[in-house]
Amino acid sequence: MSMFEQLTNRDRVFDFLAPVASPVDVRHGPILYLEDVNVSFDGFKAINNLNLTIDDGELRCIIGPNGAGKTTMMDIITGKTRPDTGSVWFGSRHNLLTMNEPDIASLGIGRKFQKPTVFEALTVFENLELAMAADKRIWPTLTAIMKAEYRDRIDEVLEMIGLKQLRDKLAGILSHGQKQWLEIGMLLMQKPRLLLVDEPVAGMTEQEMERTAELLTSLAGKQSVVVVEHDMGFVRSIARQVTVLHQGSVLAEGTMDQVSNDPEVIKVYLGEEA
Amino acid sequence: MPTSQFWLLRPLQERSTQIFLGVLFAAVALVTLLHLIIPEGHALHVSAYTVTLLGKYLCYALLAVAVDLVWGYLGILSLGHGAFFALGGYAMGMYLMRQIGDRGTYGDPVLPDFMVFLNWDSLPWYWQGFDMAWFAFIMVLLAPGLLALVFGFLAFRSRVTGVYLSIITQALTFALMLAFFRNEMGFGGNNGLTDFRDILGLNLRTDATRLGLFIATGIALAIGYVICRGIVTSKLGRVSIACRDAEARTRFLGYRVERVQLFVFVVSAMLAGVAGALYVPQVGIINPSEFSPLFSIEIVVWVALGGRATLYGAVIGAILVNYAKTVFTGVMPDAWLFALGGLFVLVTVFLPKGIAGLLQKRKKQEEDTDTDAAQPKEATA
Repeated sequence: MSMFEQLTNRDRVFDFLAPVASPVDVRHGPILYLEDVNVSFDGFKAINNLNLTIDDGELRCIIGPNGAGKTTMMDIITGKTRPDTGSVWFGSRHNLLTMNEPDIASLGIGRKFQKPTVFEALTVFENLELAMAADKRIWPTLTAIMKAEYRDRIDEVLEMIGLKQLRDKLAGILSHGQKQWLEIGMLLMQKPRLLLVDEPVAGMTEQEMERTAELLTSLAGKQSVVVVEHDMGFVRSIARQVTVLHQGSVLAEGTMDQVSNDPEVIKVYLGEEA
Repeated sequence: MPTSQFWLLRPLQERSTQIFLGVLFAAVALVTLLHLIIPEGHALHVSAYTVTLLGKYLCYALLAVAVDLVWGYLGILSLGHGAFFALGGYAMGMYLMRQIGDRGTYGDPVLPDFMVFLNWDSLPWYWQGFDMAWFAFIMVLLAPGLLALVFGFLAFRSRVTGVYLSIITQALTFALMLAFFRNEMGFGGNNGLTDFRDILGLNLRTDATRLGLFIATGIALAIGYVICRGIVTSKLGRVSIACRDAEARTRFLGYRVERVQLFVFVVSAMLAGVAGALYVPQVGIINPSEFSPLFSIEIVVWVALGGRATLYGAVIGAILVNYAKTVFTGVMPDAWLFALGGLFVLVTVFLPKGIAGLLQKRKKQEEDTDTDAAQPKEATA
């Protein structure tokens, strides 16, 4: 297309202005590397020489006693906390330590908080609308219009998370479990490459837990999912790979059976429950 | 259901905005007709004094809408919006001062009276250009907008929110008040700017000009309301609500919360500036007392009374409270502050959603009874 044609064509962005997409490079396998990461808060070592690798499309569970550094690890990956030393890479192209929270989010890392946080004053549909991958600068947001394809995408996610009937209800009236699903749905709207899910089944009923397990396992493969969870029964029901954190570093890694037979793990974690 | 592609047209397709604009235009038209057609002395005649008083209420209403936009939808409780209102007012006041020309007490063709009185021999640089209406009108938007931009940029970037932000906004308006009280600032010190004569070549002291200003204020309120409503019904409005209720979540969704806050804050400051600019020619004076923290807090009381996050509630609140103020300060001047305080307490306790909440509740009840009535009919059909 000639330069002149480009300039007169009002329905598209000039080629030279279009943002250059920088896809996540996973040709070498892993989608997330953490290497020798250290964080201390006032002398307390929250993360101590942590090394962790997550493969593309993997569903990984991370367990560990309170204070093991699970949430701090999530904070580091999403850019909320900066490590003192170490490196964190998303694929083999993006150094997450040089990026801020919104940039990391738009790169394709979605995070679900421990406490469900949805926008209670907005409807379920609107919650998903805001989460949708789109140009999130001020003016495009102000002039945004609801296209049919967006609506379809939202309905698709509503179907996935099982909240189709509640589409136009305020998110504030949802039950605890429904809020958790809505929040997972909001992450899915961003078409993330990596989902970080913090204690998804805390406070859920048995049935809700089952549904959540189904939802999470159905997501793996399409995107990588990292679940931090306390509930061992739940972890057993979804996990293929389990990582045990203790005092800020990896204590053991393997399948649930391997891990739960590890004498070290039994000593520091499972032993407490028995 | 608003369906327009263009965000500013969307409010016009909305029932609540249509009703609001309808009532506003009807009221302005009625006052205009009663003033022009009914002869003086008749019981239904609306005097020029009343027209100006109503114009003043409409300015306050626009100011309240601006505050509701940031407080109701963005969760930023600004206790310093009076500063933006006053800055807009001063910009207009400077224009009106320059229009006096050599008709002032001292007869200086360029310098306003207070400068002659202070023995200044030339116009300070920041008074240049205010003899031109277009320049002054741009400054009405630009001065408050710029202050809000710089202030908001610093505050929101450092993620100052909640009570801390409220206190800083309060400090901002207080600091400006002290500054404007100083004669050296060149804004007339504690007397402010007054003794206005013309606006756009029209004599400010005639009834026709006063009526014109009243109508202009009505139009400004309508436009301001539609702009705010347009923002609120857009996706950006929903993002604002998201910032208000769960700031961290919004950030993780990829929105730049501080930019959303800055944008809405600047728009709100500009609207407040316009309100101030329309207020000054109708009241005939602008002085530093408009910067007083008390006034800014009073604005918040109007919005709380009317009902937060509805916009029309802010208009109702501003008009009702100021009407009550006019009546009270006439009958029992000493009782006004007690009445205002009492009103605020009563509304917070019994009507947490303000007067607008009361209206919504009634509407909802009607809808509920409507659907109840509709269902059996469908069943038999």
